[in-house]
Amino acid sequence: MTLYNLAAVMRSKNAGPFVVTVDIFFEDLADYRRVLDAPDFCKSSIAEMYGVAPAAVSIRPFERVLAIKVTFPRPGASSGAPGDRDVYGCQHHFPLGDIEV
Amino acid sequence: MDRSLTYLSLCGMLGYGYPLASLQKGLEAAPDFIGVDAGSTDPGPYYLGSGEAFVKRSQVARDLGPALEAAIERDIPLIIGTAGGAGARRHVGVFMEILREVAADRSLRFDAAIIYADVEPDVVEAALEANQIRPCGPVPPLQPGAADDCTNLVAQMSTSPLIKALQTGAEVIVAGRSCDTAIFAAVPIMRGYDPALAFHAAKIAECGTLCARPGGANDALLCTLAEDHFTVRPPNPEKACYPDTVAAHTLYEQPDPDRFVEPEGIIDISECEFGAVEDRGVTVRGTRLHEADSPCLKIEGAALRGYRTISVAGSRDPHVIAHLDEIEQTVRASVEENTDIPQSDYSLQFITYGKDAIWQDHEPSTQTPHEVGIVIEAIAPTQQQSDAICSLARSTALHQHFEDRKTTAGNFAFPFSPSDFSGGAVYEFAIYHLMDIANERDMFPVRVEEVGS
Repeated sequence: MTLYNLAAVMRSKNAGPFVVTVDIFFEDLADYRRVLDAPDFCKSSIAEMYGVAPAAVSIRPFERVLAIKVTFPRPGASSGAPGDRDVYGCQHHFPLGDIEV
Repeated sequence: MDRSLTYLSLCGMLGYGYPLASLQKGLEAAPDFIGVDAGSTDPGPYYLGSGEAFVKRSQVARDLGPALEAAIERDIPLIIGTAGGAGARRHVGVFMEILREVAADRSLRFDAAIIYADVEPDVVEAALEANQIRPCGPVPPLQPGAADDCTNLVAQMSTSPLIKALQTGAEVIVAGRSCDTAIFAAVPIMRGYDPALAFHAAKIAECGTLCARPGGANDALLCTLAEDHFTVRPPNPEKACYPDTVAAHTLYEQPDPDRFVEPEGIIDISECEFGAVEDRGVTVRGTRLHEADSPCLKIEGAALRGYRTISVAGSRDPHVIAHLDEIEQTVRASVEENTDIPQSDYSLQFITYGKDAIWQDHEPSTQTPHEVGIVIEAIAPTQQQSDAICSLARSTALHQHFEDRKTTAGNFAFPFSPSDFSGGAVYEFAIYHLMDIANERDMFPVRVEEVGS
């Protein structure tokens, strides 16, 4: 099962022009835990996927609403600068969504 | 009985629309003021850089009119933050034109306090020399001269300039670049309410009904602050706030669900309780504020990086699709040979939808699509030059030879005639830094204008 298929909501958005944040919401506690326990759901594999430094990736579980927040710097140009391909940052949830959980 | 203060957030963005019935319903709660955010960095650096308004004039006028009339009739302040989309002097000017037109149409007379948020490049340069500037997040360190490159340079004001403007007695506050929360926290803080609750409530309110279900930025939200809690609820009877939707709001557009940062300090919501109350509302208590050690402001500046021209094309041919990278490279080489514009002056690229347009080298999928869409993009120092580069690249790509080519009459389908589009100026956020300041009030001059007189 991929993270995208397990998630109820998987959305990404700018957190300012230089940072993107991905929110992943789950239907129940079991799904939420399953992702947090998945070996591939970690800073190093996410960093490799996006081509950023592992220390720059943040994973913040938010159990109150069964959500996990993944935040990382934009790997390329800042929002709307030459070379950017996603001004609002709304399609940065892939390739993260392909992670096997 | 404990005192309380009620305000109405008109919608998540002035010009995104709201049901007029929501405004009417919201007014029944006798709000102490109406506030609305009118800007964002989300649409990219173009608007700050160019001075153009982000939301269309007619839409701003449509949203502004009924709220302005209601505020003047009831003698309550109307507070607009980040006027004109990016909040530089030119944006504020555009907004004031709309405000005067709307006031004239409705025969309204009032004082407007205008707060400018522009920063002189010299101020930034001096701060840089004094080591009082640092990147805001993963942003490159500021280099000397960067401030001079910016066409517009603004600071995000916090609550104190808004309070200064409110104290002039003006009915309408038109603020340049503002923290979204300042719009809604200024009146509560001026009246002595708990700043932690004021900021948390403001953070939720500034997005309109994004914290409700069904969500969306295009509707109004009512907020009532008391001494030890606040309550949010949508006036629209078809929408409701739930403890989870309100709690989840701190996830939106910011990196940490437990806290967010304002110039006044860190607002900590980790101990908050969210409870459902009557009339589709949610009450929040337990927000804490860890006050900032020294005042600093976020500075935003956008610099011109050239002019863009694009051409849109597609291909259904398997061999063209298989050789796209090669075609792009040979087109680029051919353009370089056939133009007098030095290659170092421009950039030329294919944005290949269906293949790897969004993720380029990081795209893990290797699936071969049956059809691709291509945007040929040229960026050059002048519009004329980018038009020329794009045009040459487009004509070259159409007839570019490659191995196994069967499409010798043309490689691409162009959907439009003319096929190329001049895209105008391209900007970049060159400054997105925090600057230490001595006194915020001095940085944001306030001017009062009689409107409709």
